[in-house]
Amino acid sequence: MPYTLNVNGQTHTVDVPADMPLLWVLRDVLDLKGTKFGCGMAQCGACTIHLDGEPARACVTPVAAVGSARITTIEGLSPDGTHPLQVAWMNNDVPQCGYCQAGQIMSAAALLAKTPQPTDADIDAAMAGNICRCGTYMRIRQAIHEAAGTIRAGDSAPVQITEARD
Amino acid sequence: MIRTRNVSRRFVLKGIFATGALVVAARVVPGAFRLAAQAAGQTNADRSLLHPTVYLGINPDGRVFIVTHRSEMGTGIRTALPMVAADELDADWSQVTIEQAIGDERYGDQNTDGSKSIRDFYDAFRYAGASVRSMLVSAAAAQWGVAPESCTTAAHEVIHEASGRRAGYGSLVEAASKLPVPRPEDLRFKTRQQWKYIGTDRPIYDLDDILTGRAIYGIDARVDGMVYASIERPPVLGGTIRSLDDAAARRVAGVEDVRTLPSFTPPHLFQALGGVAVIARNTWAALQGRRQLQITWDDGPNAAYETESYRQQLFDAVSRPGKVVCTRGDVDAALASGSRTIEATYYVPHHAHATMEPPAAVADVRDGRAEIWAPVQNPQAVQDTVSAALGIPRGNVVCHVTLLGGGFGRKSKPDFAAEAAILSRDLGRPVKVVWTREDDIRFDYFHAVAAVHHKAVIGDGGRPTAWLARSAFPPIASTFTAGAEYGGDFEVGMGLTDLPYDVPNFRAENCPAPAHVRIGWFRSVANIYHVFAAQSFVDELAAAAGRDPLEFQLDLLGPPRLLDLKAAGLADFWNYGVSSETYPYDIGRLRRVLEVAAERAGWSGRPQGNGRGMGLAVARSFTAYVASVVEVEVGTDGAVRVPRVTQVIDAGTVVHPERVRAQLEGAAVMGIGLARSAEITAAGGRIQQSNFHDFVIARITDAPTQVDVHIIESDEKPGGVGEPGLPPVIPALTNAIYAATGRRIRELPLSKHGLA
Ligand code: FES
Ligand code: FES
Repeated sequence: MPYTLNVNGQTHTVDVPADMPLLWVLRDVLDLKGTKFGCGMAQCGACTIHLDGEPARACVTPVAAVGSARITTIEGLSPDGTHPLQVAWMNNDVPQCGYCQAGQIMSAAALLAKTPQPTDADIDAAMAGNICRCGTYMRIRQAIHEAAGTIRAGDSAPVQITEARD
Repeated sequence: MIRTRNVSRRFVLKGIFATGALVVAARVVPGAFRLAAQAAGQTNADRSLLHPTVYLGINPDGRVFIVTHRSEMGTGIRTALPMVAADELDADWSQVTIEQAIGDERYGDQNTDGSKSIRDFYDAFRYAGASVRSMLVSAAAAQWGVAPESCTTAAHEVIHEASGRRAGYGSLVEAASKLPVPRPEDLRFKTRQQWKYIGTDRPIYDLDDILTGRAIYGIDARVDGMVYASIERPPVLGGTIRSLDDAAARRVAGVEDVRTLPSFTPPHLFQALGGVAVIARNTWAALQGRRQLQITWDDGPNAAYETESYRQQLFDAVSRPGKVVCTRGDVDAALASGSRTIEATYYVPHHAHATMEPPAAVADVRDGRAEIWAPVQNPQAVQDTVSAALGIPRGNVVCHVTLLGGGFGRKSKPDFAAEAAILSRDLGRPVKVVWTREDDIRFDYFHAVAAVHHKAVIGDGGRPTAWLARSAFPPIASTFTAGAEYGGDFEVGMGLTDLPYDVPNFRAENCPAPAHVRIGWFRSVANIYHVFAAQSFVDELAAAAGRDPLEFQLDLLGPPRLLDLKAAGLADFWNYGVSSETYPYDIGRLRRVLEVAAERAGWSGRPQGNGRGMGLAVARSFTAYVASVVEVEVGTDGAVRVPRVTQVIDAGTVVHPERVRAQLEGAAVMGIGLARSAEITAAGGRIQQSNFHDFVIARITDAPTQVDVHIIESDEKPGGVGEPGLPPVIPALTNAIYAATGRRIRELPLSKHGLA
């Protein structure tokens, strides 16, 4: 059945079953591979996208439920990769393998849109649905604070990543 | 200090870096590229005018290609090894393009495992850079009629200081390419003071692509005409199909075919597990079709596997004498002396790797040749495995390595590539196999479940005069030899035989344990259970003696010295595959990391009791020395919080300190996660967990508030960094829980004890 989707500001028409999760429409049909598969049951957050700015798990969002909502994926978060979170992620060298990071950034972006000055507790609550097997969580907290301006570069941070060399 | 970077500059660089060969290989794969890639000797480095080694080439335009033959799974190796070559070349980093190697034995070992990429290839990459630098200098010196020794290099230029002459590298390439390639022994390598890249922080090569969703992992690989496969595998290892009804599956929209896969012949190695594959136009249709399969299985003998009763079997095994794997002095005489003894048995369950990217592979098999795109730690193992599965020569298998969404040892076992290859051959078209999370957790090569028993005869000051160490675990050898029950030298040599303590009488034994699921190496391997047990036991001995665990550890380690392996009964110690002369066992370095960690963590003023405490542990693994100090707060409800972890590593020479810190931070999180709630269990031979709701791994809410990583400055040979950070974290955590609550945790996970 044909669905018209607005993805990152572009309109696409796809002919797929109503129950097909948006994740697989994005990845397999539209060839937008930035949104990742991690669990398929809303447990890991790797597939996090925005529907009209609200975070959603694409793996459990049937295409039929999207309607006319604007879909934003990591590819469309900013035109040139300079969303403050992408910059903060870069400054803090957050990714290890990187596989979870699109989902992490999308969740963080939704958090900052609602809570521009999050506390550590806000961050933990908003990000608890996003798993990182590589264990980059401390840097994720740090990068969110940095992007939010709740710390400035050079300030002593609520979460400090200590320079290790003498 | 928080580091800041000049981000605008980074984005200027992005334009140059954006088209890596990897991206071309995985994203588009035009026919011409594919044919080119199939022939050996066809990297851009090979095609460069000057390329004395397979790792590096340079062209007259000055452009440098550096080949990484090791896999990128999050350690930063794809950036770090090229840094070594670029440094010795004195290259301008912006002129460097990194290429990912296909599987090819001409690169040497490609198994990105065992924390050994830098250890094994540091010298090769120094040579790759220095040989080209030396040839460029010779070419310039000849042109100028000066002695090569009077020339220097900097930032892609040869310089003759005395005459003020300079020449860009590119302009010298043609002349240099006609010169003989210098022998390693004739080269002068840079001194530490001359390093420009080694030992500095540099963004990983793929950072921009990762942050913008353009990075290509195995699960993202796509080739023209590809179909998608999802496989229902036998739920019990070695099971076979008794009956299959695929009619309903075939009726699902988008499903194109259903195929059975052959069962493996023992030993299972990295063979496909068998089962039934649903082939479809996209992943979702394949998954939907798979749900409609009606299969009954013949489970076979492994259906008897129950981890609950197996636990007791392991405890029984370590209560009896086993195979002696290390001995010095006379433990039996000491035990018979009637002196006081202390003993304890520890248990660590099975774990699953659970890489965030589940296994996935694309295969295109035609005309007796196979081309594979996959997130694999060992593309040469893909060549071996696919060649055996298809009965074609190894040289007819080309394996392109994508980025890996985590590895941890899982992706050095390419059974998923074999599945894709078999299906592509059978269907005559390219096939992508995607594992679901359920597949990943149920059909892992599991981290071995283990019981470890320690018994010590106590002498003056609570110091042991004799020590008996025993462990039982289904060995990794069972993956390669059906029925193997004893651990290999490498497993017992990860924290059982190589206890560093100055105890005159010592014996280590390995007790038999049969495997009923696939067993494989997992980050840090046998160190996880051996170090947990030994470091817990030392803490128990300290407590029994009423001594400070730090002071007791240092006393037990004895004075700084190189361990006399022969005298310690370790004449045959495997030493992580490297010579004990180059990589001695240095008690001084072990003491140092412990002392530095204790000091940084504030050990002397540590909280003790009332739900707050600090624990420490130390281990040498993968030729690196790591001490962990963990601080905990345990609530009356059993909630365990970790405000701070201190990790101190001495890994000798460090190429990329920032990525080393990242590895040690990640190891802290993973260790806490392993300890908390994670465990894999089996009933009726079937794995009982299936996804992240029941195989619980660390989330941000479990992570320490702070991880303080300190790297000891050292000129020693480079050691491992990916794995050594993990083993001490777990006993440091449980020792901290003991300090906080008086509760001794001998069995993991913590959730079994009402803690989490
Ligand atoms: S894949 Fe959607 S939450 Fe894990
Ligand atoms: S960076 Fe590897 S899973 Fe998060």
